[in-house]
Formats: sequence, structure tokens, C-alpha cells
Amino acid sequence: MSDATIHHAGDRKWTDYFTFCTDHKVIGIQYLVTSFFFYFVGGVMAEMVRTELATPDPDFVSPEVYNQLFTMHGTIMIFLWIVPAGAAFANYLIPLMIGADDMAFPRLNAVAFWMQPVGGILLISSFFVGAPQSGWTSYPPLSLISGKWGEELWILCLLILGTASILGAINFVTTIFKMRIPDMDIHSMPLFCWAMLATSALILLSTPVLAAALILLSFDLMAGTAFFNPTGGGDPIVYQHLFWFYSHPAVYIMVLPFFGVISEVLPVHSRKPIFGYRAIAYSGLAISFLGLIVWAHHMFTSGTPGWLRMFFMATTMLVAVPTGIKIFSWCATLWGGKLQLNSALLFAIGFLSSFLIGGLTGVMLAAAPFDIHVHDTYFVVGHFHYVLFGGSVFALFSGVYHWYPKMTGKMYDETWGKIHFVMTFIGFNLTFLPMHYLGMQGMNRRVALYDPQYQSVNQICTIGSYILAVSTLPFLVSMALGFIKGEAAGRNPWRALTLEWQTTSPPQIENFEEMPVLWAGPYDYGIDSESEDGDEDVEDMLTEVANVA
Amino acid sequence: MNIPNSITTLIAGIVITLISLWYGQNHGLLPVAASADASDVDDLFNLMMTIATGLFLLIEGVLVICMFRFRRKKGDLTDGPSIEGNIPLEIVWTAIPTLIVFVLAIYSFEIYNQMGGLDPMASRGGMMAMHNHGGGHNMDSMVAMGDTNDSRMAIGIGKSPGDGDEPALLVDVNGLQYAWIFTYPETGIVSGDLHIPEGRRVQLNMKAADVIHAFWLPEFRIKQDVMPGQVSKLSFVANREGTYPVICAELCGSYHGGMKTTMTVDSPEAFDEWVQSRTVAMQSQDSVAVNPSDLSDAAFLQSYAEEMGVIENTLEQLPHVIPDDAVSVLPQ
Repeated sequence: MSDATIHHAGDRKWTDYFTFCTDHKVIGIQYLVTSFFFYFVGGVMAEMVRTELATPDPDFVSPEVYNQLFTMHGTIMIFLWIVPAGAAFANYLIPLMIGADDMAFPRLNAVAFWMQPVGGILLISSFFVGAPQSGWTSYPPLSLISGKWGEELWILCLLILGTASILGAINFVTTIFKMRIPDMDIHSMPLFCWAMLATSALILLSTPVLAAALILLSFDLMAGTAFFNPTGGGDPIVYQHLFWFYSHPAVYIMVLPFFGVISEVLPVHSRKPIFGYRAIAYSGLAISFLGLIVWAHHMFTSGTPGWLRMFFMATTMLVAVPTGIKIFSWCATLWGGKLQLNSALLFAIGFLSSFLIGGLTGVMLAAAPFDIHVHDTYFVVGHFHYVLFGGSVFALFSGVYHWYPKMTGKMYDETWGKIHFVMTFIGFNLTFLPMHYLGMQGMNRRVALYDPQYQSVNQICTIGSYILAVSTLPFLVSMALGFIKGEAAGRNPWRALTLEWQTTSPPQIENFEEMPVLWAGPYDYGIDSESEDGDEDVEDMLTEVANVA
Repeated sequence: MNIPNSITTLIAGIVITLISLWYGQNHGLLPVAASADASDVDDLFNLMMTIATGLFLLIEGVLVICMFRFRRKKGDLTDGPSIEGNIPLEIVWTAIPTLIVFVLAIYSFEIYNQMGGLDPMASRGGMMAMHNHGGGHNMDSMVAMGDTNDSRMAIGIGKSPGDGDEPALLVDVNGLQYAWIFTYPETGIVSGDLHIPEGRRVQLNMKAADVIHAFWLPEFRIKQDVMPGQVSKLSFVANREGTYPVICAELCGSYHGGMKTTMTVDSPEAFDEWVQSRTVAMQSQDSVAVNPSDLSDAAFLQSYAEEMGVIENTLEQLPHVIPDDAVSVLPQ
């Protein structure tokens, strides 16, 4: 807003990206690059975990270090990779999509971003005092007796990142409700903005509960209180309820923004309107609401009475309905279109095919009698990687390819992008599909040593994970080649209809020369045969409106 | 829709249905089922697998067809048809999943109830047995001994024996980093592996000494967290002899992966023999009377360490936070 005037001078300098800059586009890129840094850090830990699991004995690292690795892997991938990557897209895109010049609270936005590196450094520094090793769930009493300082740093990191997440959510909601151009009513808003509304609602309602749980856990840890410690009369099950009251919604916080990304990518590259705009928009809100009342399905084998298990089984299964609506609608969007199978669309289709498996196993896990068998086994590990890698990360890469031309003004390298997709798809399925079998057969999760009968299947997973690791190289090559010698993208290389494509690439500091004009709905493809070469039409419309004005 | 198209769709539908029905019964993903309850859970899984296979083939099929049939021709810059929705279709794909999850929820509820997950008597019995091992089934003494814990709903899954049935074999289970200790309150046997007779209901009353563990019998499809300060229980009837793994499924520390033992399901005769042999062995050992509470945890557990497959180092590393009441689960 008024801060934009500070940066009146032309283009961004590269040093701006290392400062407390209030431009939402800079903050978006800062979020994205930071989260990718932590993706590589968390990925190295995942590869060490898989290397350890190539053999049944704890021979690569000690069991203590192994527990530290998977604890840090989970924490980093959730709180420093996927959640901030969602915030990256939201920061970069929301103001552009609704025709605003910045977020509602630019300074708050920058504060929220700069909490990321602080939280990240705190977490990583825990390796110097003995990293936390009680899993990302950090259940007491185990978390109270396995290394005080590592655990405390973990708590501080999560409190900081959770606060940042709340600040971001306040910003997104306010911006979406208050800063749309007057022409844009809430039903002509891009679906990504709807997805961020649903996400932000969840963040605002659930994150404070996690903060409360962590502060009490911290008291138990540092001051010897007994909120959760059974030796002093505390109840460790209460922690689990509080933890999952946030951490189940967290799954939707991690996946809903990327549902939004998919709803943007599919219509553009299949040249068809999104199928069932309102159904997709409202089903996101339905997932958000249901997401708040399903948490105890993580506790079907815990200290929970039978009636509670049955209640949460029923609510959890209901989530399948709005999720199904989305999947069917996305498939119907593709059907009959004119698909341009570039890296962005390939990753979007990869998302659909992988996330589907995560959804189907999710319904199975909701059924309490079956969940009791596979809870805390590799079946669950397979399931949530299909949701969070097959879902969120595939869609994230799709979004990176889709908006790369907008963010940099240049085209990425398509060949390397496609190699990236093929390797990721193969590596991902090879890593995580066999895990379902392992879990059902009897392999529990979070183990450094396991029964030798599972070795061969585990080795398949390990090989898959190496392919997955190597697959990031073609991604980096595609990005780098695009940056160095990519052809200029122009304003709208995809001939897309949402507002961010009406401005220059990369967008100027004030986003738009003048208030953008809503001359079509966000997904009005194929409505008017005249609008085939949309790029020119945009220009025509703009000049026309300018003349009238 | 023209005629050949409808026929193709119909044939595709039939093929998907047949494949799903076949795969739902022949996936081979689950280990053997060693109880009737386990077979019921498998039936539920097979149904879910059938539905999931059908949906998987349908959606992946649509995606693959789209990638080939609806690929953009080179140089074609026109848009696809402007279809923004189809209300009847959207109603169908909302209604069918709703119906599926209702059926699955009701079916799962039935199975869960049948396994005794909602059996309030079993829950209460489980609590009391814990405070009453070796003391027979005297209701009055149980009420008298009841502490505040008794008013809490017990946690776990499994039926209580009916009125005319043989009483369940009670076993107290103590989970600690990184071993299971089984105590048979009726005979005083303490063991590092579990032996049970085939065909008789077994009730496990479980408590943890240090952190949360989870008692998992993959071949019985049952699992229950074992918590410090709170009793949980499992009850089941084995219908297949054999030796099955007992696995800790809740992260309990660095050697969590090593916290496993076995459960042997014997014929009733063989089980009686095992009880006899263990009782005799115990009597010869007990000639030197030692009060277990005088010993440190490590020293006390030493004699059981070998048979439990626990290394000595593990015992020495035992945390010193074991609450007093947890140790009382061990033989007096």
C-alpha cells in the first residue's frame, strides 16, 4: 500500500531479496527459496533414513541419530517446506489475482517471513545440543526424557513458525475480503484465493491450540510441572488431543493451497473452464470444516474409548465426499480439453494420479477396525507421503513451472522439466507404494532396526528414494537454464485469464500500471471463439478502457 | 452419446468391476489371520480394496485417456469446449461417494462392535482384574480396592466372556523400554514371551512402566497403546496354533525397533504342559527368597533378560522414572 511508494525506482535489485522488504512479490520469492532450501535439508535427512533402512541392522547411523533424523525430517518438511511453500504462492499470487497492489498488512507480512529463518536456524542448531528424537509428534512422556534442550528448541521453533503462520493467515483473509478490485465479486475470484480462505480459516482456528499444548509441554520439560507427565498425575493423552487438534488440520493446511494451485493450472493448460467452479470452491470450505472434527482418528489405538473412536471414524469418512468432488471435477476439466502436456500440466496430472491413492488409503485408514491393524506402521507412512508428496509436492512443482514465467519473465527449460517429472514420478512411486505392503505385513514405523524378512522390499524403497533425490537435479537445471538463457515470457505465455497474467513479467513493483480490468471470468476458456489469441484481446481491452477513462 | 461409445463405456465398466472384484479378494497383502475377529477385519479390508481398485482404475483410466486422446494438436491454438459443469453428473459423483462412506462406516461399526470395542462390561472387567490379580473374582473386594481409576472408562478392544463361557485367561502385560513382561496372575508365571491356549479367550491387562508403548499382534489385527498410569486392555480368541510376533508400535526410544517378542498359541494340552513346566522351574528358583522391591530395576530384571532377548546394556539404561505403582504389576 503506502509502502509501495518507498520503492518507486524501477526494478528490484537482487539485494532486495535479503532485506526486510514489504513487497508481497519479494516476500513470496523469499518464502519459496527459503522453503526449497529446507526441502533439500529435509531431503538429505530422508535419504539418510532410507540408507539406514537398506539393511535391517542399525549400521549406518546409531539408533539415537536415526530417531533424530526422522524427527527433524518430519518437522522440517512440514513446518519449513510445505507450509511456507503454500504461503509463498499465497503471498505472490493473491494480490496479483485480485488486482491489488500489495497485501493488506505488508509489514506484518515481512515479519511473518523473517520468522521462518529464525525458526529454521533454531531447529537446525538443536543438532549441537542433541536434536529432538521423539518424532514430530513429540508425545510425552518420551519427549520429556529424551534430551531436554533439543526438545525445547523444537518447541520454540514450532511456536515461532506457528505464530508466523497465524500472521500470514490474518493477512490472506483480510486481503481477499477487502482488497479485490470492485468488479470482482467473491464468485469471480480465482479458486486459489478460495483455497487460501479455507486454509487460513483452519490456521486461525487450530494453530493457537498447538501453541497451548507446546507451552504446557515446555513447562513439563523445563519446570517439572505435570500437565502431561503421568508420574506427577498428568495425562499424556490430553497432549495427544491438543496436538492433533492442530496437526490433523495441518494436513489440510498443507494440501488445500495446492488444491488451489491445481484448480489454476488445469484450466489454463487444457484450454477448458474449470468444471464446477462453485463445487470446487465450497468443497474446500467443507474440507476445512470437517478437518476440525476428525483429529482423534490419529488416536484410534490410543487412550480413547470406543464411542469416541466411532464418532471420529464417521466424521473422517465424510471428508472423502468433498475430496471426491474435487478429484472428479478436475478430471472432468481435463476431459475433452486440448491438453498441452508441458511440465506444469504433467505435474498436475501426476498430482491427480498420486493424490488419488492417498485419498483411497485415507478412507481405509478412517475405518477403525482396519486402522487398528495398520496404525503406526509403514502403511501410514506410505499413505501420508502419497498425500503430502504425491499431493502437495507434485502440485507445488506444477505451480512452480506454471508461474515461473510470471516470476522471472523467462521460460523454464521444458525438456529438463519433463525429465524432472518422469524421474520424480517413478522415484516417488517406487519409494512409497511398497510401504503399504510392508505396513500391512507387520513392519512398524520409526524403527532403526527391523525384521530381516522385510529387507528386499525396503531396498526397493531405498532405491526409489535415491531416484527421487537425483530427480531434483533436472529441476534445478531447468530452472537455471531458464534463468540464464530462457526466452522472454511476455505478459501471458499461457494465454491465461486470471489477472496476474495481465501485468508484465515479472510484475512491476506496483503490480499493475493502473487498476486491472475484469474482462472475463477466471476460467472462461472457449466461450468466445474470437478470444483465441487472448494476449491481444487483453491489450485491446486495456486500451479501450483507458480511452473511455 | 452415440451407440458404439455407450457399448465401449459399458464394457469398460464391466471390466473394471470384474478386475476390482477379483483383486479385492486376491491382493495377498495381509498376513495370515489367526482369530475370527482378524478374518472379519480382513473382510472389511477386502471390501474397501474392491471399491478402491474400482475407483483407482476409473480415475487413472480417465487420466491416461485424456493424455492421449485430448492432447493438443501442434499449432492448434483454439480452446476446448466451454463446459462449466453438469449438475446431474455432479449430483451423481457426490451421492455415490456419500453412499459408499455410509456403507463403510456402518459396516466398520458392526465389525468394531462385534470385536467388543464397545463392550462396557469388558471395559470395566478389565480395570478390576488389574487390581485383583490372584484374588479370584470377588466383587466386593474389587469394589473395596477400587481407586479413582475405576470410575474411568477402560481403554481397549475385545469382548468379555459371556455368562456360560469359560472365564478368560488373564495376563498382565507390562511394557518398558525395550521389552514386554507377561505375568499370569493365576499361576504367578512371569515370562518374556506370551503363551496362550487356542480357543480360549485371553484378556491382556496392560500398563507401561516408563513411556507409551503399543501392543500389536499383526496376525490378530489388534493393537492398543500401553500407557503409564492408565490400564488398557485387549481380549481375543486365537483359532490357529503357531508362533506370532508381538511388536511395539509406538515410538518408545532409540531401540523401539528391537522391542518385540513372540506369542505362541498352543493347543490347550500343550499350554497346560507349558504352565506346568514354568511353575516347576519357578519353584526351584524361588528357594532363595528375594524381595523384588529391594532390588534395582536392572538387577530385578536380570534373570528375565536372557529369555526376553534383551541385552544387559539395555537393562542398565533403564530410566529411573518408573513410577512405583508400575513396578507393582511385576510379581509380588
